[in-house]
Amino acid sequence: MIAHALFFYFFSIIAIVSAIFVIVSRNTVHAVFFLILDFISIACLFIMIGAEFLGMMMLIVYVGAVAVLFLFVVMLMNVTEQKLSWFRGTKKTGHIPVGLIIGTVILLELIVIVGGWRYRDSFSETEFLSFNNEFTNTHMIGNVMYTDFIHLFQISGIILLLAMIGAIVLTYRKREGVKTQSYIKQISREREDSVQLKDVEFDKGVKLDD
Amino acid sequence: MIEIGLGHYLTLGAIIFSLGTLGIFLNRKNVIVILMSVELILLAVNINLVSFSIYLQDITGQIFTMLILTVAAAEAAIGLAIIVSYYRNKGSIRVEEIDEMKG
Repeated sequence: MIAHALFFYFFSIIAIVSAIFVIVSRNTVHAVFFLILDFISIACLFIMIGAEFLGMMMLIVYVGAVAVLFLFVVMLMNVTEQKLSWFRGTKKTGHIPVGLIIGTVILLELIVIVGGWRYRDSFSETEFLSFNNEFTNTHMIGNVMYTDFIHLFQISGIILLLAMIGAIVLTYRKREGVKTQSYIKQISREREDSVQLKDVEFDKGVKLDD
Repeated sequence: MIEIGLGHYLTLGAIIFSLGTLGIFLNRKNVIVILMSVELILLAVNINLVSFSIYLQDITGQIFTMLILTVAAAEAAIGLAIIVSYYRNKGSIRVEEIDEMKG
């Protein structure tokens, strides 16, 4: 019970503090770093209270895809404001110290969640977390996801397809003067257009393009 | 205080939700931070759904959390694509300079 309280306060305080830093930090790259820290803290909370599959999904989808996408766009557009950052070393590397601090905190969280796994039995003494120990969390989700919630699953797939097409359509830019393949041209090419058969007479040779 | 119950998790979700809305209102820098605040709001919703799912011993909440995860990823992709094409046209994504629609 006490272990549960300790773990909850550890992760939730880190989550709240990093959420505050997301909205107040002047540098956008730092804001993305703190967003990653926030996602990892919440994922650790999810793993702790028994939603392991969702915790891992959060790590993969949010940290691995969404936050990296944010970071990519921020760095691509060069909109970070370097002027007022406190840890500025040289001009280009202003966010290395912040990144190191956040990386250290993330490492600490991972150590805590892995080391705290042995106290997991004492979590379930709290009545809030009386687990159904018959199946694992992933097993339970898999049981219902493709049967009872198949429409939800397919709607998710359609949403992802829509997002993919939308992102491509929004950012696609047709450039002039780029040599590319033309599939229509390749497919519609006929044998008569490109191959000629000629009878070659002796000692005269063949004259082309006349 | 020591006994962690549903209320603690709901409080955490409420705090993160309010920080996200506050981030939308307070932001004067660029649109990307607003998108990150929206991500924070969706995260708070996820916390609520998962904690209710654990509390009620019902897996449905976690399935809906996966739908929200998908929607959040799609929203981030579309939003960032819009921002990229806007930046390509206008050369800036500062919030106070985006006033074409005179809203």
